[in-house]
Amino acid sequence: MSLSGLNNLYREVILDHSEHPHHKHELKNATNTVTLKNPTCGDVINLEINLSADKITDIGFTGEGCTISQSSASMMTDVVIGSTVTESLELAQIFSDMVMGHERSAADLEKLGDAAILSSVMKFPARIKCATLCWWALRKSLGEEVDD
Amino acid sequence: MDKKFQKIRNDFPILNQKVNGEPLVYLDNAATSQKPQVVIDEMVRFYQNDNANTHRSVHTLGERATEEYEAARVKVQKFINAASSREIVFTKGTTDGLNLVASTYGENNVVAGDEIVVSYMEHHSNLIPWQQLALRKHATLKYIELTADGQLDLNDANQKITNKTKIVALTQTSNVLGVTNDIKQLAIMAHDHNAVIVADGAQAVPHQPVDVQALDADFYAFSGHKMLGPMGIGVLYGKSNLLKSMPPYQFGGEMIDFVEKYQSSWADIPWKFEAGTQNVAGAIGLGKAIDYLKDIGMQNIADYENQLVDYALPKLLAIPGLTVYGPQDPQYRNGVISFNLTGLHPHDLATALDMDGIAVRAGHHCAQPLMKYLDVVATARASFYLYNNQADIDQLIRAIYETKEFFRL
Repeated sequence: MSLSGLNNLYREVILDHSEHPHHKHELKNATNTVTLKNPTCGDVINLEINLSADKITDIGFTGEGCTISQSSASMMTDVVIGSTVTESLELAQIFSDMVMGHERSAADLEKLGDAAILSSVMKFPARIKCATLCWWALRKSLGEEVDD
Repeated sequence: MDKKFQKIRNDFPILNQKVNGEPLVYLDNAATSQKPQVVIDEMVRFYQNDNANTHRSVHTLGERATEEYEAARVKVQKFINAASSREIVFTKGTTDGLNLVASTYGENNVVAGDEIVVSYMEHHSNLIPWQQLALRKHATLKYIELTADGQLDLNDANQKITNKTKIVALTQTSNVLGVTNDIKQLAIMAHDHNAVIVADGAQAVPHQPVDVQALDADFYAFSGHKMLGPMGIGVLYGKSNLLKSMPPYQFGGEMIDFVEKYQSSWADIPWKFEAGTQNVAGAIGLGKAIDYLKDIGMQNIADYENQLVDYALPKLLAIPGLTVYGPQDPQYRNGVISFNLTGLHPHDLATALDMDGIAVRAGHHCAQPLMKYLDVVATARASFYLYNNQADIDQLIRAIYETKEFFRL
């Protein structure tokens, strides 16, 4: 098997996030909640956010999904917690550009933290939706118009 | 027989390639089959030599195109043993055919309080049209239960089909569980209550002999692209008395008889259901696919695929942590095998297999109620056809073991 090819997608850090996801729990008294589904595979994410003075003070997610969607959600929660709405939406845009193969600066990619490692998804077009589901949920929960 | 099937592979040029550096193993036949060179050539030939619109062009090419299109209809008729070629309506595919029945027969014959009976193993094509019809008409949609090993529960079918039932819509072969339902027996149950039976043959016609008269199905729909033919062509069989009683599905060119200013009369069956310019090359390509399949023999194909299942199923069942859905006994199933590896989402499994050149489907297979019934989000599915062989299965099994190792399962 072309294990090298698989290694490109399933890096150690991705597997770690998938096996031990961060912030995977329900959030009490969430101010913003949203549920998004990936209709092609049945993956579902429930994203809950506590927004206080325009800042994400806490975040949690539940649901079911593949390794890529679970690790992506875990990485996303790590990086957006403590960010303002504007900063979070900018991170979502950087992530989207990255997996779609649109050029972003190294400084921008650094802002994504662990999530930057998912740039490898670019080479697996069938899996881009898995990686972006949580970021679309974030956008929707922060009031952006998102196609369900 | 195996030798003959080994040579068949050479007829499919697409199979002779590497994917991700490995020889392609195409195991996604329940989604769509590959096309033999003769089918591809036949469609090219039509466009290069005979292309014209049918039933209206008064010139040589028009005559040829009409003749070939109608000859394809006769090939379909003989292939499924319909009583007349008039009972063969060309459609876009299975979904289109089932929508036709729901929108015409269903619309005219179902009223509030009536019942429509389906099963938990229907894929969306044979579910949503009935669900929508039931909603429009305030009718009740009832589901036949499955047995513990994933077969249709005939006792429950007997309970669910009542004098209120107007339509029984069932798949002949499940695209997830690989089981084949006894349409003949179910037709008897439906007819005992004056209901019609609509059979979804999408996964049956490509893989086994089908005789619509022996099944006594009132309507029977299937697709060309799953049986070596092109995409965008399908067939709806309907008993002629039923087709005659139904209003047209769509209105426009070529489905009319006389058109006056405020009223029109309709062409005879099947043409009244074929409005507009039809997929003539598609029908001709399907006709060629039927020639090809008949040359091999549908029973030979069914027997060969059973050999593949006999070979694959025990090997899959022996993989620790792998769950196979549907009957575990090969004699109760065909070459559609859905499975899950504990601890790994089927999408991850499909990506890993793709790295090894193996194409499988991963997802809900357009059968979400069945996924709920099985209590899974999705499954991976390997589905065989006549060009697959034991080496393909060996490569699949090896790749699953290596995937387990990679993901430390």
